Amino acid sequence: MPPRLLQLSGIGKSFGANRVLEGVCFDLHAGEVHVLAGENGAGKSTLIKVLAGIHGEYDGSIELAGRPVRFASPQEAGRQGISVIHQEMSLVDAMSVADNIFLGRELARRGGWWLDRGAQLRRAHELCRQLDLELEEEDLARPVGQFPLSVKNRIEIAKALCFEARILVMDEPTSALNRLEVEKLFVLMDAVKRRSCGIIYITHKMEEIYRVADRITVLRDGKWVGTAPVADCPESQLIRWMIGRELSGYIAPRAGLPRSEGMQPRLEVRNFHVPNLDPSRSDAVRDFSVDVGSGEIVGIAGLQGSGSTELFQGLFGAYGKVCRGKVRIDGEPFRPSSPRDSIRRGLAYLTADRKGSGLIPAMSVASNMSLAALPRVSPGGMLRRGTELAHAGRQAEALHIRLASLDQAVGTLSGGNQQKVVLAKWLETEPRVLLLEEPTRGVDVGAKQEIYALMRQWTAAGMALLLISTELPELLGLSDRIVVMHRGEVTGTFGRGEATPERILAAAMGAATPRDEDPPSSRAEMTGRALRWRESLP
Amino acid sequence: MKNLRRWLEENETRALLALLFVLAIGCLCNADGAFFHWSTHRDMLRQVSVDGILACGMTLVIVTGGIDLAVGSNLGLCAVLFALVSLRGGHGAVAAIGAVLLAGTGAGLLSGTLVARFRIQPFIATLAMMVFARGMAKWISGGEKISQAVQAPDGNFVYVKLPAVFHAIDARVWGGNFAVVTLIFLGCVAVSWLVLAQLRYGRYLYATGGNEEAARLSGVPVARAKLLAYALSGCFSAVAGICQAAQEQQGDPEAGAGYELTAIAIVVIGGNSLMGGRGGMGLTLLGAMTIGYLEKILSINAVGESSRLMLTGLIVVAAVLLQRRKAG
Repeated sequence: MPPRLLQLSGIGKSFGANRVLEGVCFDLHAGEVHVLAGENGAGKSTLIKVLAGIHGEYDGSIELAGRPVRFASPQEAGRQGISVIHQEMSLVDAMSVADNIFLGRELARRGGWWLDRGAQLRRAHELCRQLDLELEEEDLARPVGQFPLSVKNRIEIAKALCFEARILVMDEPTSALNRLEVEKLFVLMDAVKRRSCGIIYITHKMEEIYRVADRITVLRDGKWVGTAPVADCPESQLIRWMIGRELSGYIAPRAGLPRSEGMQPRLEVRNFHVPNLDPSRSDAVRDFSVDVGSGEIVGIAGLQGSGSTELFQGLFGAYGKVCRGKVRIDGEPFRPSSPRDSIRRGLAYLTADRKGSGLIPAMSVASNMSLAALPRVSPGGMLRRGTELAHAGRQAEALHIRLASLDQAVGTLSGGNQQKVVLAKWLETEPRVLLLEEPTRGVDVGAKQEIYALMRQWTAAGMALLLISTELPELLGLSDRIVVMHRGEVTGTFGRGEATPERILAAAMGAATPRDEDPPSSRAEMTGRALRWRESLP
Repeated sequence: MKNLRRWLEENETRALLALLFVLAIGCLCNADGAFFHWSTHRDMLRQVSVDGILACGMTLVIVTGGIDLAVGSNLGLCAVLFALVSLRGGHGAVAAIGAVLLAGTGAGLLSGTLVARFRIQPFIATLAMMVFARGMAKWISGGEKISQAVQAPDGNFVYVKLPAVFHAIDARVWGGNFAVVTLIFLGCVAVSWLVLAQLRYGRYLYATGGNEEAARLSGVPVARAKLLAYALSGCFSAVAGICQAAQEQQGDPEAGAGYELTAIAIVVIGGNSLMGGRGGMGLTLLGAMTIGYLEKILSINAVGESSRLMLTGLIVVAAVLLQRRKAG
């Protein structure tokens, strides 16, 4: 039995009244890859942040090689041999590879004042040879920014090992890599294991779990569900562990609204492509098609990196005129060009990041509500405070927003009420199509139920809703149909009767289909072909 | 008690307290009662007016989360232009003022275009504009002060008559109790207040400074809002340039050097956040009074210029630290 590097026991963590981790246990042996799995919001990232010293306040204990520790900062965790490889690279693009590897721990001579670049280059080269990184000494002197993402990824691992890390945490390290690069990364991970380091690996991809894992631990709703060697944990059990909760009673079943066949859909999307922000990489959304009828809710399921957010941003024109494909609203052709234009055409988009892109925290409740429909309360360019307050008051009443005054800064409201203010802002624009991304994120249970009830009201009023939610029960409870995306492509479409958590999760993890270098999934292709065929009819 | 604390945390309260603090110093160091004369207060208002006019435009830009370093140079450029058109060119007051306002607004639009369309950081864009406008002021004036004294071909100086518009702007009204420039300053405050508090575009300015991404996704024309702020700032610096030229009875290409810093100091001492998204003209007005009284008190007590500058610097730092403690 290899030595135990790490033992986490009874880890608990709260944000305010919100308990995000409770009694989580986790251990790591030298020379193993331990996969940490779970749905979005299961608590994986929080656990890693506790381990890496980013969250200083937590319950429970951490033992490092049998010695109890408590990290106050990421630097301290780093000194004790814990290194987190982030999805966002922590390399300085303008500095050379060697300088990056030794950043913060430069090799020095003459009492520590003078950089010893030569020694750094030699040591870095030695390290790269050990790790089979195909980097020569002259490459190591080049700035990191000149290398592609995949090489940067491996340089970051080399940097971690140079710091004598014993424990590597890799959080979705392959999300930006193609198949060949992923293989190279796995080879590197084998080399790391041979150095008797332990790797904690987080991924949403089924295939990867079974490719790299020695053991698997599953978290759900902030609690430990199970730990098993990979041989004793088949895919079916893994999915059961990840979902494993009763759906009934979570959301009252929606009164069945028969889909009006033959009627013109409010929103028609055909073969929609959203380019990647990094033009060297393949499109973020490929060949997406959907119809949403008046009064219908279509759910979009997908794990991190599925492209669902990019789909909404693209449809709403947040990227400008870069998307390809056909979109129609109530039969009229629509080309996404800017949020301003989209709002005029009856689109509204509730983003997932309330603080970052939803609210203007310093502005009052009333001003936030009127922001997207300002011309309505400012005829001729002059603001009518009375009209604005009347509108805001009506919305606050209709949405049951609890507040002291319409003039209070919106940042002082609770999460649920803040979310309702953003919703009110969009309702003020009288939208025909609502794009809702995580409408109940960071919202307490009572407000959640209220938001569900509101969504039903809006569908009854004839709006078409597209809904992204990483909470499967919510998605299943609200959607008339669910479209599942994996790495930018549709990997499944399920009607109300067919949608089960197992099917959706399997499709979202790409289990049913091969990876993106291969042709698009047969199902998506068939739907696409059928649609094209239908369009070609007279 | 709780209400008192909340009241103390209001930005307006803090700005008012800063002003009262400076006034208290004035009462103590009253220079043998000089501080209690109406003329002292009248002169303070007159002296702070040009900086105050610049601070109006600066407030609009700072609310969007930007900064305009070009206002001082733009003032110099506009002062020279005004003197050239009016004093040398002999054109009428309306034509001269119109042309100068257009030029100032154009310079502001240029800064705004760099910031909004080409996404250059406001500091860099307006720094470039500041250097450029100063160069232009020196170029069109040939490096000379444009004054009444005109050198004839024979080398002798002849004096041209000062146009009436110069006297009109430099005059005092209401029994000599108010300088015209003070009224112009208050007019600029009113216009800025109208934009910020009453117009749809004012809301756009706050939204842009408060959370640009959220504003953009809410359909706010972020680029146009920024353009408007910089254009108005340019227009106000043209107004300030005309006032400065009238007071000095000449167009000095060096005029307004460093005024942008006083304008920023006024905005900041008032308690407007440099991060953008909050603040207002009330705060800027209080800030202008504070800075104005501070300088007046130091000057009636015959404090030397060196000490005056150092004290001004210390007080700006103190105001910013106060602002930060509130945020933290």
